[in-house]
Amino acid sequence: MTSQTTIHLTINGRDHSLNVEPRVTLLDALRDRLDLTGTKKGCDHGQCGACTVHVDGERVLACLTLAAQVEGREITTIEGLAGADGTLDAVQAAFLEQDAFQCGYCTPGQIMSAVACIREGHANSDDEIREYMAGNLCRCGAYPNIVAAVRQAALEVVS
Amino acid sequence: MRDFSYVRANSIEAARKAAALPGAMLLAGGTTLVDLAKCGVAQPETVVDITHLKGLDTISVDASHATLGALAKMSHVADHAGIKSHFPAVSEALWQAASAQLRNMATVGGNLMQRTRCPYFRDPSNFSACNKREPGSGCSAIGGVTRGHAVLGTSQACIAMYPGDLATALVAFDATVHLGQRVLKVDDFFLLPGDTPEREHDIRAGEMITAIEIPGSAAARRSTYLKVRDRQSYEFAAARAAVGLELEADGRTIRDLRVALGGVATKPWRARAVEEALKGKVLDEDTVRKASGLAMEGAVDHGANHYKIELAPRVVARAILKLGETA
Repeated sequence: MTSQTTIHLTINGRDHSLNVEPRVTLLDALRDRLDLTGTKKGCDHGQCGACTVHVDGERVLACLTLAAQVEGREITTIEGLAGADGTLDAVQAAFLEQDAFQCGYCTPGQIMSAVACIREGHANSDDEIREYMAGNLCRCGAYPNIVAAVRQAALEVVS
Repeated sequence: MRDFSYVRANSIEAARKAAALPGAMLLAGGTTLVDLAKCGVAQPETVVDITHLKGLDTISVDASHATLGALAKMSHVADHAGIKSHFPAVSEALWQAASAQLRNMATVGGNLMQRTRCPYFRDPSNFSACNKREPGSGCSAIGGVTRGHAVLGTSQACIAMYPGDLATALVAFDATVHLGQRVLKVDDFFLLPGDTPEREHDIRAGEMITAIEIPGSAAARRSTYLKVRDRQSYEFAAARAAVGLELEADGRTIRDLRVALGGVATKPWRARAVEEALKGKVLDEDTVRKASGLAMEGAVDHGANHYKIELAPRVVARAILKLGETA
């Protein structure tokens, strides 16, 4: 029973229309249908955070979100973070400056999570950053530099 | 994941009707349902999306009670100023659950329907025996790796641990769950496995959780949630306790005490024996530690989870003593 349904998604300010099976996740729609491969597939079970995107400004996991479910919502992916002229978001710049990655696979999810973490007001101390960034795993263990990058970006965004 | 058809409900009534049909399941945050569909555990024929319903995500709090709309997000309830001041244990239980991303997706109504994390339940391709999944097929956990399994409320059929944080705090404060016509105590909403571990909730076809209500009390205002786990964050509990305390005017005699346990039981576990043993007593460490041991009455371990029988009373005692210091 492969029923197709037509859905309309607003991603990084652009409208997209696509036919999908209802079981298709937002993550697979982004990567396989819309060629937005910045959002990574890690565990595909909501345990690693690599697929973190924003829906209506809040960080969520694209792997456990059905594409059909977020019709009409504003979706932002890592591709939509920098300015139109290519100016990096403060968190992207801080990740570069602090060398907050090794292999880089978890990085888009880390950055999307960090942008939201700062916006939520949960980046006031290193302990709070560690707690509220706990949903993003880094198998290379770049955590000290990730915390440093979030701390730096939080200061820049507030000031 | 097997394919399914998708229905977006535009009213509570339409959602109830659609969900009552055979093979249909309600979809809220999706953090359990989509995950279990990928594992091959949940096999819905129809998914009824209720996330576009209006007005079901309201959070209202005053001194007498809190009402949480079923679709209120875990993160929003955790950060709500009224919940933090009148029901701190509820806020703490929520922000210590899962991750920030999952808490932004998961709803409090859906959270009550969260299934166990028993690895045998979650893995049908490697473990065909699971009474919760396939009634009568046996239990792969009994005789297996049991470090994360329950010691309270177990049966010959199932020892799966109930994983949720929120409900542990809810049962401590006599919260109720609204199902349309019926209103049940959260404690009664969750069922013991007994001979029917496949049935985890007292919910009927055509019913849907619309709200959770928590009565206010002095004990709820002075409450805390202590979660002990293998790593500091983003982990299920080895043992956890929601505790509320009210002292007499003398500042040392216990007038009211609420204790609920988690991470050790097959459902959210109210420890009334501990409460009764301590009411009217002067709060001191020896008395509290002795009484906390009563929480483990009837506990049965399966080897690797034996440590929980020692750990859980210490968690209860630490939580009560911590509250005693905050006078």
